[in-house]
Amino acid sequence: MNKIINDIRETARQLLAEGKVDVVIGYEKGSLPLKATPCFIHSSEGVDSLIWDETCENNLATYVAKTPGKKAIVAKGCDSRALAVLLQENQLVRDDLYIIGVSCHGVIDQRKIGAEVGEILEASISDGKISVKGMEGDKEYLFTEVKDATCQTCRYPNPVMEDLHIGDTIEVSQEAAAFADVEALESKSDSERQEYFKEQMSKCIRCYACRNACPLCYCQECFVDCNSPRWLTGGVNRAENLLFQAGRVMHLAGRCVDCGACSRACPQGVDIRALNRKMTKDVYVMYNHESGISEEGKPALNEYSANDPEQFLVKE
Amino acid sequence: MKISKEKFGQAFDALVAEYQIIAPVSDANGIAFKGVKSFSEVKQDYLNSKLPPKAFFFPQHEKLMSYKKEGKDVTVKSELKVDNTVLFGIRPCDAKGMQLLDMVFKNDQYTDPYYFERRDKSVIIGVACNKIAPTCFCSSFGLSPAGSEGSDIFLIDLGDSYDVEVITEKGKAVAARFEELSELSADEQALVDKIKDAETSSKVDVSTTTSKLDKMFNNPYWDTLQEKCIGCNVCSFSCPTCHCFDISEEVRKNEGTRVRTWDACMAPLFTLHGSGHNPRDNKKARWRQRMMHKFNYFVHNNGSMSCVGCGRCIKGCPVNMDIRQVIDGANKAELVVE
Repeated sequence: MNKIINDIRETARQLLAEGKVDVVIGYEKGSLPLKATPCFIHSSEGVDSLIWDETCENNLATYVAKTPGKKAIVAKGCDSRALAVLLQENQLVRDDLYIIGVSCHGVIDQRKIGAEVGEILEASISDGKISVKGMEGDKEYLFTEVKDATCQTCRYPNPVMEDLHIGDTIEVSQEAAAFADVEALESKSDSERQEYFKEQMSKCIRCYACRNACPLCYCQECFVDCNSPRWLTGGVNRAENLLFQAGRVMHLAGRCVDCGACSRACPQGVDIRALNRKMTKDVYVMYNHESGISEEGKPALNEYSANDPEQFLVKE
Repeated sequence: MKISKEKFGQAFDALVAEYQIIAPVSDANGIAFKGVKSFSEVKQDYLNSKLPPKAFFFPQHEKLMSYKKEGKDVTVKSELKVDNTVLFGIRPCDAKGMQLLDMVFKNDQYTDPYYFERRDKSVIIGVACNKIAPTCFCSSFGLSPAGSEGSDIFLIDLGDSYDVEVITEKGKAVAARFEELSELSADEQALVDKIKDAETSSKVDVSTTTSKLDKMFNNPYWDTLQEKCIGCNVCSFSCPTCHCFDISEEVRKNEGTRVRTWDACMAPLFTLHGSGHNPRDNKKARWRQRMMHKFNYFVHNNGSMSCVGCGRCIKGCPVNMDIRQVIDGANKAELVVE
């Protein structure tokens, strides 16, 4: 067994046996190939189901505030960033939280694989290679070929805060954030962009998987559920869908940690992240801010800094 | 009896003059049921649509009526215009799902006119599954990838032709357009038999589930089951038998519409009372409701489980809650004294 998995299990076993936490939130093998599933381990006997690999795609930070008691969480870079924002926003008590940090090379984009091999019947991962048996054919991939789009631009593969680090850390380039994907969309004409979002929004079925998978969408009453005033009807059409998606992105301005959980959760393959990434870029450019990169600090819009680049303000 | 695809295609194209035809097509998002004008647009090699075809009878957001107040006069309008429709390429699980929905929208006291206006004007041409996905588990419910239940006409794809079975009177009216039906060859008959005998490789034992759930309302099973669920509506919206809805008024000044919108037992708002009280205010209660409704209450009320094993909820769930495992877990759960 891989050493990281072994260390995660041993850590969980110890934390639970010593009563330091009531529950460990991690991943176990899912029921479908290339799918891990979140799991909640309540006693030290249960720790042997914990796993760690490139299929651990969910952002577990989404569960933390809703889980009572003291909890340990297996956290990748993006999970830890979400935890940092939740702490900054006073949604969590740090003492109730034990962060088992693991560096992450990225997760697998199953949609890309499914589009090529059909329904996945069997799959195995070893040495950076993924062998897949699909209904429409078999194929072998290099992990880098099927790495989720979010992970390709990730600058924080190592947890930004943790109580224990398991495994090696990943060396990260110190270059400024790159937004080639956003720039590609920005370079399109208004009508091309409008067409793109029309197409994307026509796919949305308003199941709210994106919102519910998001670790930072925690409003007690989401604006879409509010009936006084009623911001949106239940109508499922492009205009209302866009209003929902755009409203959600605005609420995440300066808070979104770009984990991609929303896009991965979407059953319809809506490119939700296109909106989030634009907003992330704007916050980066205007406020020189990246969300949740340390436990201290505040979300961009909660703080005033005279050093903001403030390019959006007219200056003399 | 069989019909060549060429002849079938001609009959199909001729139907366009009298029927709105809905059929599986391939779009950027996978397979979807959409309006088509010609058989050439139809995707023939497909597992099943991403979303179930229930929306053609029970739309996600449906105007029931509109009203306007002018002075003391109130006018109320209900505009339900439905075309005669052929739904082609419906898989056996979804055709069965529609029969289950019929039980919901019609009972001894009430018939839902919106649902049945569409339902009654529709002819369902089912097509057997030649390929079975790993998440398909219809055989668990006594159904079959080649089951004709719920179809008006049932076809089995033989490559260049279809094996044709006319099931209902409604089906007969459409099948009358199929010319030059011929006998199956021995090889084709063997292929038909093989497809009819096929079962899903994935099966879950539901033989004791209903009676077990009778004794599980307060079982601790629900406490941990629900933990990883994020409470979205993917499972309900992608389910061919889920049918819960909300009715609301969309009013502006002195006019408005009454609409019916899909709702879901996974959403806290579904059961929230005007008073602020919520009788199902946690995921545990909501998951119990989902399971009880499908595998217990529906059986007691209608004599059938409200799941057809299409597997869409399994494929779509963002956190891999697998209903097969949930059923299995309930079967194995230790009973506590209630």
